[in-house]
Amino acid sequence: MSHQYCTFHLADHLFGVPVETVQEVLRRQETTPVPLASPEISGLLNLRGQIVTAVDLRRRLDLPVASDDVSAINVVVRTPEGAVSLIVDKIGDVLEPADDDFEPAPDTVPQSVRDLVTSVCKLDGQLMLVLDTELAVTVGKAA
Amino acid sequence: MDEIVQEFLVESHENLDQLDQDLISLERDPASRELLSSIFRTLHTIKGTSGFLAFHQLESITHVGESLLSRLRDGDMVLTADTTTALLDMVDAVRSLLGDIEQHGAEAPRDYSALVGRLELLLQTGGVLPATAAAPAATAAATVAGQADDAVAGTTATVVEEPAPAAAEPEATRSRKKAAPADPVTEAVAAEVDAALAAGPADTDAAAPSEALAAAQVALEATATEVEQAAPTEASALVGAAVAQLADAVAGPAAPEEGRRAISDSTIRVDVELLDSLMNLVGELVLTRNQIVQRAVARDDAELLSSTHRLNIVAGELQEGVMKTRMQPIDNVWSKLPRVVRDLSLALGKQVNVVMEGKDTELDKTILEAVKDPLTHLVRNSVDHGVETPEARVAAGKPAEGTLLLRAYHEGGQVNIEITDDGAGIDPEKLRRKAVEKGIHTAESAARLGERELLNLVFAPGFSTAAAVTNVSGRGVGMDVVKTNIEKIGGLIDLSSVPGRGTTARIKIPLTLAIIPALVVTADEQRYAIPQVNLLELVRVEHGSTGPQVEHIHGTPVFRLRGNLLPLVYLREQLEQEPVDTGTTFIVVLQAGERQFGLVVDDIRDTEEIVVKPLGTQLRGVPLFAGATIMGDGRVVLILDAVNLAERAGMVADAHGSAGATQTHTTDDSERASLLLLGLADGRRVGLPLASVDRLEVLALQQVENVGGQEVVQYRGGILPLVRLDSVYGAYGHTEAEELQVVVCSSEGAPVGFVVHEIVDIVDAALSVRSGLDTGGHLGSAVVSDRVTELVDVAHAVRSLDPAALAPVPTYGA
Repeated sequence: MSHQYCTFHLADHLFGVPVETVQEVLRRQETTPVPLASPEISGLLNLRGQIVTAVDLRRRLDLPVASDDVSAINVVVRTPEGAVSLIVDKIGDVLEPADDDFEPAPDTVPQSVRDLVTSVCKLDGQLMLVLDTELAVTVGKAA
Repeated sequence: MDEIVQEFLVESHENLDQLDQDLISLERDPASRELLSSIFRTLHTIKGTSGFLAFHQLESITHVGESLLSRLRDGDMVLTADTTTALLDMVDAVRSLLGDIEQHGAEAPRDYSALVGRLELLLQTGGVLPATAAAPAATAAATVAGQADDAVAGTTATVVEEPAPAAAEPEATRSRKKAAPADPVTEAVAAEVDAALAAGPADTDAAAPSEALAAAQVALEATATEVEQAAPTEASALVGAAVAQLADAVAGPAAPEEGRRAISDSTIRVDVELLDSLMNLVGELVLTRNQIVQRAVARDDAELLSSTHRLNIVAGELQEGVMKTRMQPIDNVWSKLPRVVRDLSLALGKQVNVVMEGKDTELDKTILEAVKDPLTHLVRNSVDHGVETPEARVAAGKPAEGTLLLRAYHEGGQVNIEITDDGAGIDPEKLRRKAVEKGIHTAESAARLGERELLNLVFAPGFSTAAAVTNVSGRGVGMDVVKTNIEKIGGLIDLSSVPGRGTTARIKIPLTLAIIPALVVTADEQRYAIPQVNLLELVRVEHGSTGPQVEHIHGTPVFRLRGNLLPLVYLREQLEQEPVDTGTTFIVVLQAGERQFGLVVDDIRDTEEIVVKPLGTQLRGVPLFAGATIMGDGRVVLILDAVNLAERAGMVADAHGSAGATQTHTTDDSERASLLLLGLADGRRVGLPLASVDRLEVLALQQVENVGGQEVVQYRGGILPLVRLDSVYGAYGHTEAEELQVVVCSSEGAPVGFVVHEIVDIVDAALSVRSGLDTGGHLGSAVVSDRVTELVDVAHAVRSLDPAALAPVPTYGA
């Protein structure tokens, strides 16, 4: 049985997360920066009275910091410890690739990325990296 | 009625309903051990509590029932219809007994020997009522009892409804009765009962149910005699029981007294989780209200404003109401302490009397839970370490019996709890030696420790002053845990002790954790909230002015606050932000544990009620923030943790950690109060209780207007009457300044501004030296900072004003 993935763009990559983990997608929100927090934390946002931590996914994945003209989109994902927002460049379509199209990330991919990517899906003309959301939002615990 | 009895009744009513259901289910599934155990437990609970509360009748009935159930549960007996009926009857008996207790506060004398006898018989025979000659009679009699019940129910119903259905009811029972097997005894009984019942409701009108019942009773009594003659065993007992029940119905009030709801109806049990979620919702509402109010003020729409005003009030009341549902008196925790003290003092051969003040002081349930253990620990400590043995006490000239005073009171949105013993106190020198011994301090640094710092060493992990480790205390864990637990709920603990006279532990905790008042400050354009509980005062330093300035010791900034050095911590620096010079230094004086320090911020905004929300796991590694909240404009704001701020700034509890006059005094028993010291034109000093001071303002002279001879100013949308303290105290001869120093006070809801010559200081003074020199307008005199200071009576000053000047000032203080 194939699964649905919510996709989003980050730098030149297409990422996907299982659609059922996504709570909602919001355009750029006012965030409150948190001094002293790890740099991956982009701030706190008010999601209808709930305080949600926003994780800068570019920094988390060691991707170049976004230029200002890139609009930031919040992909709010559910995690066992509550909702967390992933800041991405652009939201993509919901895709439902066949199970056969997945394979693990090649060993040559940098470790920092490979840790967070559970598998790679070979789409037509593009690769979709499947993100482990729980690991992606595990930031700064040891700090 | 005792609270404990009330609780018992509420609980038992619930239990009985459960019992009814369980018994019915059990009949369908007689082998269910689960049901049997549940029934047994329920009954056991009622029995246990009634025994404890000395409701003996209740106890004896439930006891037999319990025995029966235990045999059923253990499989020694099989449930029969007889048993079920008997058990259900028992439940009814228990219910009526509980009803008596609820109404009269005690068991009414009722005869349940028949029921008990039946239950015992069942116990002996293994669940079947003996099939002797009496059996049919017994069955008949049981029916009689049932019918009698119906009659009672029916007739009682008549009282509240119309008579017709009541009359119909016995008809139904009668026809049912007719279907029963014919038997001489049964028929005789049935006929009599029918007659009795028919006579009853037929004659009944709504006004006189008792008469009908009395008639039924007479008829039944006749039946009883007849049955007795025919089959003189259980049957007669059963009819007797029916008679007794009727008699009760006749004698007892038909309906509960009006105006007093039955206990089971007046309270309900609510899941704490539900309350928590309600509280959260109210928190959201308060935040949304803040947002709306902010917008509405900007809009200048009168209608919207009045709606928001209404919303404001409703939300406030709702918040208070929901908060109240979670409030419990501190006595819930305290009530267990006398027992702890008793056991402990017996074990230690000491005599301790526990005195409690402010038992009714209410606290949020979660906070109450959180302080339970620390309080118990402190009390144990006081008995173990504080109070001396009777011999030692007598030798020291004290009464043999020590006193442990527990005091709780509200103050400024917080709750203060004090635990005071009149024991030996703590010897600072001993603490000093111990600190060196344990390696917490070097001999040098220990020598420099002040009394306060020494006392607070008690809270250091692994620090114990007990000579011997007992099973009670002395292991050196505990006090640090006490402190940690109290700080965890945003509270503070402080010790003070006078050697030879006793020790006091003071705990200051917030009323509730959910919504707290906080001061909003800024650093680098961002706002931060500081819980008011940590806040002592605010100081503004203009650079280059003649006033006190920030000074540096080896690069460390300090500020002279009333003669004491206050270490300064720059918020920007702590947040790793660029320093900035704005020309003005805003210092927020904070209390973090035993330390005081000044937090330098960019700007000080307003105070606001905030709802504390936890931070995500991603931010748990940043201890500087205690949580976050959402402000009126919808933005998230971080809450600063004062204790961690002090720790991060590398502040250690050393000699210069204190400011203000508080630390220079040790505790004494006299009344203490914070006073705002004011100077009059002739150099005299007067003091205003700080509790009544709202704000300090500087107003331009031209703002002052005159209304009917009364000086007033327009102030915060209202009219503020002014009182010149100089004239009140007859101090003249000064030139009129262009600017007026005004102390805004409120008394009994009415604000008043005191115009003073100068504002000198805030001191924490003992008011022990009071004189009776009351010239009106002041409370008395006290010696403050070696000068005689008169204490202004704000209420008196307000009353002396022209009432016209005190026209309503609705927006003031909003």
